[in-house]
Amino acid sequence: MIETITQPWPWYVAGIIIGLIVPTLLILGNKHFGISSNLRHICAACFPSNISFFNYDWKKESWNLFFIGGILVGGVISTLYLSSPNPVIIHPDLAKDLSQYGITDFSGMVPVQLFSFESLFTLRGLIMMVGGGCLVGFGTRYAGGCTSGHAIMGLSDLQWPSLVATICFMIGGFLMTNLILPYILAL
Amino acid sequence: MKTKQVETDFEVRSLDSMCVNESELVHPWWHNFKYAAVGVIFGIVFIKAEIISWFRIQEMFKLQSFHMYGVIGTAVVVGAISVFLIKKLQVKTVHGEEITFTDKKFNQGQIYGGMIFGLGWAITGACPGPLFAQLGSGTLAIIVVIASAIAGTWVYGKFRDQLPH
Repeated sequence: MIETITQPWPWYVAGIIIGLIVPTLLILGNKHFGISSNLRHICAACFPSNISFFNYDWKKESWNLFFIGGILVGGVISTLYLSSPNPVIIHPDLAKDLSQYGITDFSGMVPVQLFSFESLFTLRGLIMMVGGGCLVGFGTRYAGGCTSGHAIMGLSDLQWPSLVATICFMIGGFLMTNLILPYILAL
Repeated sequence: MKTKQVETDFEVRSLDSMCVNESELVHPWWHNFKYAAVGVIFGIVFIKAEIISWFRIQEMFKLQSFHMYGVIGTAVVVGAISVFLIKKLQVKTVHGEEITFTDKKFNQGQIYGGMIFGLGWAITGACPGPLFAQLGSGTLAIIVVIASAIAGTWVYGKFRDQLPH
């Protein structure tokens, strides 16, 4: 049993569990699945700065902050107790592409050669960590949701604006990975 | 102390997938731990199915792997069936309250903001949820990415009125 759990889980297991989070949150308290709103709640709680967009009662949305707190704890539990002893398998073409840019450590979930405190002092690391993070925060709020709020919750409720948003997420992602990221990685 | 616009308008709230219909019931704060418990399960799935892997996201955008398409596709199908059943059977919450849905209104932000997020998603290899799981998995430097995402959201709030919607 424990061996099955520590293996990487197939996509359909993950998809079913994530899909079931939608009704679970609805039934537990009429909460709509969405994560990026938390970034707004944190702004509202810590730096409202008299901006009307951040002047609302964020405490009413505190369930969402507990939810992401749970995600963080889940990450800790999974890494400490359920992690697979085998290395993560990566597509050989991707490994070949990345090794051109000096990325050769595929052991973690995140490439340590790109995302670390040391790499923050390189132009490449700075663009990827700070620039990438800003794009995620700005873009999700501008779009009114992220992969969870639009792609999963919005599409589950058959909302066509969410489909537009999801298609645009994918367009942005394809552009970055295939056309722009090679130049950033080469820095 | 609070003078103007204590509450943002309904439309903004619903667009942000925030809870637009506030519960009449008042629960003690620790009731929120049930949502934390759901979060823990979500976090474990994120790690175990390698959804928070930067490499899996690159494979998705290079069409080298079906994994992420399978995860999101299955989640949408299961979510859609669940929402359909909740509406059809008029399922209530565990506290007996009605479950409500709000239609999302289209605005240009979904196009521009969506593409901007897509660019960031491919760089960081993470959407907002996985960022927290990456931090939990022990990559402490992700705190910089999270702080930057919060800053990005703040900049959006600051210049929201000047942006096309």
